[in-house]
Amino acid sequence: MAVVLINDKPVDIGNERLNLVQAAAKAGVFIPHYCWHPALSVVASCRMCLVEVGDKKPDGTVAMQPRVVPACQTPAKDGTVCITNSEKAKFSQARTLEGLLLNHPLDCPVCDKAGECMLQDYSYRFGKAQSRMIDPKNRPANKPDIGEHLSLFTDRCIMCSRCVRFTREISGSAELQVINRGHHSEIDIFPGDPVNNPLAGNVVDLCPVGALANKEFLYKQRVWFLKSQKSVCAGCSTGCSIHIDHNKDIVYRIRPRENPQAQGYFICDEGRFDFPYINGKERFDRPLVKPAGERSEPAESAVAWETALPDIRDVLKKSASALAAVVSPMLTVEEAYLFAKLIKGFSPQATLYLGWVPNVGKDESFPRDRKGNPVGPVQFTIRAEKCPNRRGVEEVLKHFQGEVLGFDRLIADISSPLPTGGEGAGVRRRPQALYLTAGYPPRLGAWLNDEQTKTLSTIPLLIVQDLAPTPITQTARYVLPAATFAEKDGCFVNHANLAQQIRWAVRPGTMGRTDGQIFLSLLGRRGLIQATKIRQELAAEIPFFAPLAVGDLGEFGVKLG
Amino acid sequence: MPDFEPILLRRINAGASPALDAYRADGGYRALTKALTEMTPAQVVDVVKNSGLRGRGGAGFPCGVKWTFLPPNHPGPIYLCVNADESEPCTFNNRILMDKDPHQVLEGILLACYATKASVAYIYIRYEYGTAYRSMQKAIDEAYGANLLGKNILGKEFSLDVYLHRGAGAYICGEETGLIESLEGKRGWPRIKPPFPAVEGAFRKPTVVNNIETLACVTHVVNRGADWFKTIGIPPDPKNPRDAGSYGSKLYCISGHVNKPCCVELPLGISVRELVDKHGGGVWKNRKAKGCIPGGISMGLMTEAEFDTPLDFNGPGKVGCLGLGTAAVTIFDDTTSIVDVLYNICRFFAHESCGQCTPCREGTGWMMKMLDRIRQGHGRMEDLDILDEVAKSIGIMPGTTICGLADGAGWPVKNAIAKFRPELEGYIRGGQKTSMSLAVVH
Repeated sequence: MAVVLINDKPVDIGNERLNLVQAAAKAGVFIPHYCWHPALSVVASCRMCLVEVGDKKPDGTVAMQPRVVPACQTPAKDGTVCITNSEKAKFSQARTLEGLLLNHPLDCPVCDKAGECMLQDYSYRFGKAQSRMIDPKNRPANKPDIGEHLSLFTDRCIMCSRCVRFTREISGSAELQVINRGHHSEIDIFPGDPVNNPLAGNVVDLCPVGALANKEFLYKQRVWFLKSQKSVCAGCSTGCSIHIDHNKDIVYRIRPRENPQAQGYFICDEGRFDFPYINGKERFDRPLVKPAGERSEPAESAVAWETALPDIRDVLKKSASALAAVVSPMLTVEEAYLFAKLIKGFSPQATLYLGWVPNVGKDESFPRDRKGNPVGPVQFTIRAEKCPNRRGVEEVLKHFQGEVLGFDRLIADISSPLPTGGEGAGVRRRPQALYLTAGYPPRLGAWLNDEQTKTLSTIPLLIVQDLAPTPITQTARYVLPAATFAEKDGCFVNHANLAQQIRWAVRPGTMGRTDGQIFLSLLGRRGLIQATKIRQELAAEIPFFAPLAVGDLGEFGVKLG
Repeated sequence: MPDFEPILLRRINAGASPALDAYRADGGYRALTKALTEMTPAQVVDVVKNSGLRGRGGAGFPCGVKWTFLPPNHPGPIYLCVNADESEPCTFNNRILMDKDPHQVLEGILLACYATKASVAYIYIRYEYGTAYRSMQKAIDEAYGANLLGKNILGKEFSLDVYLHRGAGAYICGEETGLIESLEGKRGWPRIKPPFPAVEGAFRKPTVVNNIETLACVTHVVNRGADWFKTIGIPPDPKNPRDAGSYGSKLYCISGHVNKPCCVELPLGISVRELVDKHGGGVWKNRKAKGCIPGGISMGLMTEAEFDTPLDFNGPGKVGCLGLGTAAVTIFDDTTSIVDVLYNICRFFAHESCGQCTPCREGTGWMMKMLDRIRQGHGRMEDLDILDEVAKSIGIMPGTTICGLADGAGWPVKNAIAKFRPELEGYIRGGQKTSMSLAVVH
């Protein structure tokens, strides 16, 4: 048991190996810092976290060190005394801030970081109001092409070197470096070798000031207009925790959210930059119906939800015995549960298939060197499985059907000579009606090949629930709009059986409804969907999901299985 | 006092050849033979420790004590890094040793490696020292040929490889951890301590970093014993229990406004006045001295009135200087403007700051800009106070930086403001402009 004294307040840090920044945080004392980041090596070079440190001897006397020390580099031990609010500590911090601002352009009005800038915040809390320098500032040239998504405002940089260490220690690609010396030091790339590694966007989040900017977000929105929602990335089965930054039903930015259980501190660029489809104009926002018997006719007409849903319910009921449904791994656990309940409610013989599980390439682990060879222990993995909830949907299917039938099986079943009707439990029928959920992000491309599309269109009654027009939606009798992860509540189960909660940030268009809401309505249940209630319901019903009975899964999620 | 018989410069002053044969004929490698045949490594460490030999690189840390910081019974490898990145302005003693008597240095390196059980020594040599590089390389080649380097040296159980590594012209690579980083092929950014190099240094192995002159001294300490070494120089101040004494001789470099710039070897404790008058041939052009830089510019400034201060490890500190430093005395005469001196010093440090720690990176640049403005006649009185505050708040002593470069950058400024304030104020008040044209490195 180690007790540290932070500003005379004792804090028990147990057996944890912490530095003074972390120990002080436990005591509720914030020590300002720039270069230190929990995921990166300690360089103690920004000198923002200077504090006074001493030792409390067993006889109760305190021996203080004569000089200030960086808190990030000082381990918290039993009897360590840390003073952050003495004149000496405050003077040192203010001097550091004054130094940082000497050559800073102070262009906050046109800086994207303004409002969430550590330089602004610390200056306000720990700095001085005025600069004493009247000499001309250094004005190094900006580097707008430092990366495909990155722009470097060189003059705003405070040389904390977090970005450099990130590319060396986490991505391993080491594109960034410090050039020049002294007050002319700059961050730069090697000529002709921009920062385009798959994790490059993280340097923007790591940058405590407005030096590294995300070009996709640059000048799009002032950050104080943004609202932030805690969610989970749907890009791959890692299930990174994220913040969705949005305003007026438009998603502007996706940022990583620290989650030691899921991915750590970072996210990949694929997840970070693949959100514009959420705001896409081409998305469906209401049901579309094609008159029966005119399948080749492309003309579909939009109908009201109030008309479409009872219709769909009726036609599904009619085909109940030869009904098949495809449960997309893009759906949440709650949605999959409602959907399965709905389909099996029509007939126990109705068959559930797991939707297409996109696998692109191989799992990519970092850090890896420029030739792609791993260097050191894995810090981050981008998974080949580009859907967030295969595990969750599989468990739902197992519960309702005892087995998981893949999408290939569906194609095989449609083209095979299975019986089309008749009674008998456990006998699979050739589907006469198909309710297909999809919702894959457009970045994955056309997921059905022509032959598959053709096979599927032989089914007399085809209902497709998807985000935007694709060949299969054109042949469907009914098209229902799907919702993206940013628009719904629920939970995803990642590759390691970690269930994490997603929360809606934006609404799915003016007329849109979420998938869960559609299933709920088709089930004939009244009212709006409440994911927490459904989660508790399924937790009680399906043993695998029993830990979800807590309802709210918290920030970091709940381990299953 | 009779003329001091030089030790390190004995062969150089006599114009002896730097070749191995000549060095051996003059009694060279006797210390190595003695150590390898008669002494254990621990005994060599003890001799050096007892001699009170302090590092000649600037900080004056006791050499033998430094060696004892290595982890005992380490499986190895242990490295010796020889700091030959002599970049302190006005300092050229290491260059003379390497140029003209490389085997003396090499023998010291061999002894140090034997004592510390180091298996590899890297000589980190300043890029600008081309002659020294070639001379050292020749000596190393000769030593390999004579079984003084390589496997089983002189038939004993002791092997050593020595590599020369040329720097790329950065002052900061003379800082021991900056040197190690640079040696490893990285940017010369000093490391945070702990761990100290003795525990985790070059290539994450225990490492000793010693200066060229220190190692040259080791040769003679082992050869002639600790007691002999203690007869030279100044014993510790009995009133100061932390004083380790200033034993031995030192190569003093005299430069600046003197008639005869030179490098002389004298016992520690000589005064600036004696150096200038007796060895430097007096101040040039029959002028008077205004002051001097006593030990490389990072040690601060001395006024003419302080010239009687003994230049040992304690003396300069008594008049407000940082320490002995490299004992490279630079005289400036009474026509020199202190503003120009200061500007030149600040320009150097702003140029050489590695840019890692904020206070040093920004502080050195700011001081340079302020002095440039003062130099051009646009100074304000409050600039002196700001300069003083900045100078006092940057460095390892207040705790705001990783290495000591900022202390060195601040010391001359704060010395100048303390010792030459009337002149600085007069300069600013009179709106004086400099007549010097110093190229501005921004």
